[in-house]
Amino acid sequence: MSNAPALEIQGLSAKVANEDTSILKDLDLVVEPGQIHAIMGPNGSGKSTLAKVLSGHPSYQVTSGEILYLGQSILDLEPDERALAGIFMAFQYPVEIPGVSIANFLRAALQARLGHGEELDLFDFQDQLLAAMELLEVEPSFAERPVNDGFSGGEKKRNEILQLAVLRPSLAIMDETDSGLDIDALQVVSKGVNSLHKQNPEMTILLITHYQRLLDYIKPDLVHVMVDGKIVRTGGPELALELEKQGYADWKISS
Amino acid sequence: MPKSELVENLDLDNYKYGFVDPESHVYRTKPGLDESIVREISRQKEEPDWMLKFRLKALRVYESKPMPTWGGDLSDLEATLKEIYFYVKPQEQTERSWEDVPDNIKNTFEKLGIPEAEQKALAGVGAQYESEMVYHSLKEEWASKGVIFDSIEDGLKNHPEIFKEHFGTIIPIADNKFSALNAAVWSGGSFVYVPKGVHLETPLQAYFRVNQERMGQFERTLIIVDEGARAHYIEGCTAPVYSTDSFHSGVIEIVVKKNARFRYTTIQNWSNNMYNLVTQRAVVQENATMEWLDGNLGSKLTMKYPSCYLMGRGAHGSIMSIAYAGSGQHQDTGGKVVHAAKNTTSSIISKSISKEDGRSSYRGLCKVLAGATGSRSNVECDALLINETSRTDTYPYIEVDEKCATVGHEATVSKVGDEQLFYLKNRGLSQEEAMALVVRGFLEPIAKELPLEYAVELNRLIELEMEGSVG
Repeated sequence: MSNAPALEIQGLSAKVANEDTSILKDLDLVVEPGQIHAIMGPNGSGKSTLAKVLSGHPSYQVTSGEILYLGQSILDLEPDERALAGIFMAFQYPVEIPGVSIANFLRAALQARLGHGEELDLFDFQDQLLAAMELLEVEPSFAERPVNDGFSGGEKKRNEILQLAVLRPSLAIMDETDSGLDIDALQVVSKGVNSLHKQNPEMTILLITHYQRLLDYIKPDLVHVMVDGKIVRTGGPELALELEKQGYADWKISS
Repeated sequence: MPKSELVENLDLDNYKYGFVDPESHVYRTKPGLDESIVREISRQKEEPDWMLKFRLKALRVYESKPMPTWGGDLSDLEATLKEIYFYVKPQEQTERSWEDVPDNIKNTFEKLGIPEAEQKALAGVGAQYESEMVYHSLKEEWASKGVIFDSIEDGLKNHPEIFKEHFGTIIPIADNKFSALNAAVWSGGSFVYVPKGVHLETPLQAYFRVNQERMGQFERTLIIVDEGARAHYIEGCTAPVYSTDSFHSGVIEIVVKKNARFRYTTIQNWSNNMYNLVTQRAVVQENATMEWLDGNLGSKLTMKYPSCYLMGRGAHGSIMSIAYAGSGQHQDTGGKVVHAAKNTTSSIISKSISKEDGRSSYRGLCKVLAGATGSRSNVECDALLINETSRTDTYPYIEVDEKCATVGHEATVSKVGDEQLFYLKNRGLSQEEAMALVVRGFLEPIAKELPLEYAVELNRLIELEMEGSVG
């Protein structure tokens, strides 16, 4: 099992439940542990669907293929079971939970990771949370605010990475984390992700993005181009630059 | 995968466990109600003549008033009222031993984290226990400040002047059918007097007092907070009240005098066969503040609208309420504010949760009398629906006879969203944990006002309620 890829997707097809049209079409992807992969593609190519399908979103249905996480199929796992197994998704549109502070939310999430009868050490938790907040350059009072409630776009994205920092998943899927961020916020968020990866080189990261600019800050090992529900090309970081120059138009035709 | 602990077979919506009362009553009236029963109650309590007359008058008013047709469904109530015992001598109600309390009920109490002493009080076990000591020292503190905190019966006996001056004046006999019924057959409840300028740091907790004498079906409470005084009264508990009674009709009368400040906190969780029809009202005088913090869980039907009559200039009234309607339950609750003087202000915040086929209704009245210039009122009611079958309604009544007044009303209805649940599950919370977290967040603005131990109990209760809420 130690030799298994962090993520191995084989011939994956998926659609919106109750609809007929497939969004993911026979998609293959292999990500080795500790690697950073970027998935780029035009709007509507199925990038965000891939992120949601990996996380087990109930609105999507896998019609064929397999998703192996560390060599084990996760298709039958509920979203919370996948989370406890170490899969985390930073949402493109983080959801508001009024009345629940970030601190209480994270405490509940960490508590859920402990075994029966184990209690979270609140001092450790406090230290972890403060360190994460420092990393993301937010005030300590940030943790007392209700989750995403009344947050700016940038605050929501910082909050996603703050959770990533505290929950320490082994596979982090970042869905359009750069969208809606100004350049300063993008730098802070990227710096956060980079230093988390440095602290924990075993963490595998899947960056889903439309734009190349995120990849100026977070260096991927591989870049995949996704068009119409499948990966059409894979290359090094230079592929992103190429895309930036040429746009996605050619890919659409060739696919 | 770690799973939150849950009590097997625990269904808080649906109590099947009534205690079996051994037939050892020294005295109780025959079922149903007539004049002889009212006379007997008064005789048993050795009341002065004026109280007997008050009761008899109330009985006539009760009999003359029709069943209300607004609010919840009371169609079965007439039959229920023919069967219940209107008076059981209080001492006899507490005759029960802790060993007789079923294990599953003890387990529920433990799950809720209730101290054993309090558990015993809730179960109606009239045992001596540790909190007697706490109660004793508090009693000394209260006595040294001239505070009276007694049973309503002792209030009548030992403090007749101040009792008679206020009793039945805030909620007159004829206010409604059930206040009339209570006035006829009341038994049990608290009498509180806080003298001028006395500030009480420790809340007056009814549970200290009622351990010897269980809360009656027709409890009556009278609280007088004199000028410039400050106090907080707490009653009830989130733990279920086990009772074979199916009818509870209390009356709570409060006077908050000039510059005084008073808060009344109550959380009650009745078994689901219970009609809970309570009238509670405060008269708030010049520059005084009255706050109701009211939590209603359980029961078959609760009709309860804490009221503030703002009689003096600059008086303020606040009503914060939580209602939880589980399966088969109807919570018809809200608040009433009457602005009868200049520059009076009020705020009503009402939050309800309906689960399965539970129904919660907000029913509120905001009335501004002519001449109450500069008055302001704000009403906010938020409903959260857990399931597709859950129901909520809003009945806000606004009567403003004064042009120079501001009245605001805001109502929201929300559902626990699929995206919210997915987000929380993506962070590792189970469906139940996620649901409970959303519900707790919804209640947070009011829960944070609760005394800590009550907030903790409420949170635990919500977690238990959310078990199996998914479907």
